[in-house]
Amino acid sequence: MQPTDVTKPEYFHKVVDCQWACPAHTPVPEYIRMIAAERYGDAYMINWVSNVFPGILGRTCDRPCEPACRRGRVEEEPVAICRLKRVAADLKEDIRDRLPKPASRSNGKRIALVGAGPSSLTVARDLAPLGYECVIFDGFAQGGGMIRTQIPKFRLPEEVLDEEVGYVLGLGIETRFGTWIESMKDLLAQDFDAVLVGSGAPRGRDLQIPGREEAAAHIHIGIDWLNSVSFGHIDKIGRRVIVLGGGNTAMDCCRSARRLGGESVTVVVRSGFKEMKASPWEKEDAANEGIPILNFLVPKEFVHDSGRLTGVLFEKVEAQYDEKGRRQLVASGEPDVLIEADDVLVAVGQENAFPWIERDAGIAFDRWDMPKVDPVTYQSSNPRVFFAGDAAFGPKNIITAVAQGHDAAISIDLFCRGEDVTQRPGPLVNLTSQKMGIHEWSYDNNVSNDLRFKVPHAKPEIALNSIKVEVELGFDARLGFREAQRCLNCDIETVFTPQLCIECDACTDICPTDCITFTRNGDEDDLRGRLSAPSLNHEQDIYVSAPLKTERVLVKDEDVCLHCGLCAERCPTGAWDMQKFFLKTAQAGAACR
Amino acid sequence: MTYIAKPKLHHPQLATNTLGYTRRDYEGTVSTLCAGCGHDSISAAIIQACFDLDLPPHRIAKLSGIGCSSKTPTYFLGASHGFNTVHGRMPSVLTGANLANRDLIYLGVSGDGDSASIGLGQFAHAIRRGVNMVYVVANNGVYGLTKGQFSATADRDSASKTGAINKDSAIDMVSLALQLGATYVARSFSGDKEQLVPLLRGALSHEGAAFIDCLSPCVAFNNHAGSTKGFDFIREHNAAVNQLDVMEPRAPITASYPPGALETIEQHDGSVLRLRKLEQDYDAGDRLSAMTYLQERAAQGEIVTGLLYLDQKARDLHENLGTIATPLNSLGDAELCPGREALERLNASLR
Repeated sequence: MQPTDVTKPEYFHKVVDCQWACPAHTPVPEYIRMIAAERYGDAYMINWVSNVFPGILGRTCDRPCEPACRRGRVEEEPVAICRLKRVAADLKEDIRDRLPKPASRSNGKRIALVGAGPSSLTVARDLAPLGYECVIFDGFAQGGGMIRTQIPKFRLPEEVLDEEVGYVLGLGIETRFGTWIESMKDLLAQDFDAVLVGSGAPRGRDLQIPGREEAAAHIHIGIDWLNSVSFGHIDKIGRRVIVLGGGNTAMDCCRSARRLGGESVTVVVRSGFKEMKASPWEKEDAANEGIPILNFLVPKEFVHDSGRLTGVLFEKVEAQYDEKGRRQLVASGEPDVLIEADDVLVAVGQENAFPWIERDAGIAFDRWDMPKVDPVTYQSSNPRVFFAGDAAFGPKNIITAVAQGHDAAISIDLFCRGEDVTQRPGPLVNLTSQKMGIHEWSYDNNVSNDLRFKVPHAKPEIALNSIKVEVELGFDARLGFREAQRCLNCDIETVFTPQLCIECDACTDICPTDCITFTRNGDEDDLRGRLSAPSLNHEQDIYVSAPLKTERVLVKDEDVCLHCGLCAERCPTGAWDMQKFFLKTAQAGAACR
Repeated sequence: MTYIAKPKLHHPQLATNTLGYTRRDYEGTVSTLCAGCGHDSISAAIIQACFDLDLPPHRIAKLSGIGCSSKTPTYFLGASHGFNTVHGRMPSVLTGANLANRDLIYLGVSGDGDSASIGLGQFAHAIRRGVNMVYVVANNGVYGLTKGQFSATADRDSASKTGAINKDSAIDMVSLALQLGATYVARSFSGDKEQLVPLLRGALSHEGAAFIDCLSPCVAFNNHAGSTKGFDFIREHNAAVNQLDVMEPRAPITASYPPGALETIEQHDGSVLRLRKLEQDYDAGDRLSAMTYLQERAAQGEIVTGLLYLDQKARDLHENLGTIATPLNSLGDAELCPGREALERLNASLR
């Protein structure tokens, strides 16, 4: 193999698994170290810059970082990254004087933002301080979008939401809440230099089976129902409730129903428990509240007694796989199952809806009736119109919407300045030695042996009594510290200087996870087959040095490196050094030009 | 010196041996030697060899004297017996321990100061008595703990770090061991575990006095131009005569050395040594020609490494003394004090 070029930011960035997996590329280990140092405000600001909603995401994020966390590959569970983010948000001092100030004067450009959800708010936050006049439209009376309408208060208290939406709106953004945009053409006719569509995926999928029309009064579309609960329009539900669907919305529905009088709430999914889309921890939370999840049951009929719902009839199915490994659900032949219920919540997916965008407004739509959006610039075929969040590529999650918002803001900024939106600015990257003394580093390299700490929960008798009592209490400072110490500091990179190496083997001998091998060079598969320890994960790169004195090369498998720095401590010549890799993705503004 | 303990987390597919131990279970505490010390590589090689051989840690006794090398037993086999003796006296203590309990595996770890200077006499007698042990000398040609004076194995005309030239002749531990009757003699290099680990495995399964002279560069005081015990010099002058594989019944161990003539030797304990010749004319079974060969190559400035001599018919101290198979320390009063009549019979037989 050719020697690895570590000057390309991607190489070290990939080693920081959590940051690489985060759509917004939040510098996770950096803020976790700050939490351990009780610098909660600093930790919060690192987050705020990257992901705009640390307190919200610290409770609701889909956490793509956690399955990626290296700790999960060397012991049982990853670091509780998401809940540590919440620690930063909960324990921070007043950070308001650290936020950007509203622009002192306008740059003369006006931006319309449709929808006040996470993507629009992100675009507004990035653009407003630069002098853009941002106008946010939303049909509801308050900002937040789906974060406010779909996420139950027992998972996300209103104060947290208000605080973080407020930080964005406080940047001098004009809000036109309670205003539905009825026509894209009308909007384009106004004097806006660019339009950002961040209207989400607001339509809940229905389930058309016999009895749907007749029993309609007791059958509710999940996200609409959550919305009504959120705004207090609905405050009770029948005693026996069935929730259809296996995603996170279904989990929010069943747990909300449990708090509004649903004594017997059952979730029913078509396929297997394991294939459910809901995050494992949300399934676990539902189970802890006494909600059974039944699987391999396909709804066949809403059973009613002249319009009064009495239950749902299910066909029992089993999974069969054809020779190509594709799964099919086929009737098992067992008798149908009737589950009695007073109310049914249908949470079988949601989709985009753009009835307000005229098809001749200059915005091309594809055959799935989705706008054609560039996946890098988020520009539509009308150069003035940009899409971000669920509106761009269908329902995903908050952190993805934020990441897309940052990219769309860059595009809008470039577009408004008459520059080429395809010329994307690179990230800010820094690599700095952490050596403080012979065997001293500026980070705590002593790897903790603690297993993942559980977040304390409110007692069920309190939590289940109200839709507004937050279930998770969050880590306190002490637990937050200990959980933070589980972080392996993967951003403190092992940087090797081949010219200094005397091939004494000290690093190979000390490495606790056998990452380091001195061997003759070969192609990648060959090298991976000759490492000190089996190479398990080909998605993780191997580092290959330039040839050493003995004509061998040093190969380091990044996969399970603990970043303990012992290779550097035992290196007599300083050929190994521990250097902090800091990467901040580009955001709109002068710094990226 | 490293202040933190080596993390307990390990590679998710770390292998276990037939005893269910991982290699990590054979480690000791983290080394306090200088970063890059060759001795740490020897420790790592001992850990690997004991793991490979499925040795139960509690059946191994590690003994050492004084010096950098003699500190190392703390850094490996943390679950084994250990004894840190007076300077140079490890061979006697080891001999005594071996006499008292012949069932343990004895690993003597010493250095060129401990064995070639203050303990030279001790070394000589343990070897000539054929004590069943592995005697490893971590040889760096320098007194590291006292900041770099020449030791007794430093080559004549080699230079110290400060530039002083050594005027004295060097003691060659391998030649001494051969001359004194060691039955397994090898030389290796801490920077070549592919060679060292099999040599240690062979030595651990050898029933007799096994001696390994292991060149082990002192990165702090003897790894400079002018030194003959530094990494670069050893690598440039290393003349390996063979490559040893120890064939265990469970799995063949292959090294990545180029193929050569193969010689298979069975040891007392049934383990099979497979010797891959790198030097065609070298015969590891011939003590006299081995001694000659070593002298010839040394005169040419080469460092001969590999398994230099192996006596398949090795005898050990217990065989020579005719002691019983039961370890003496497990005998009861009745066996140890057979009574007045037995004593009188014995005395009478000597009159």
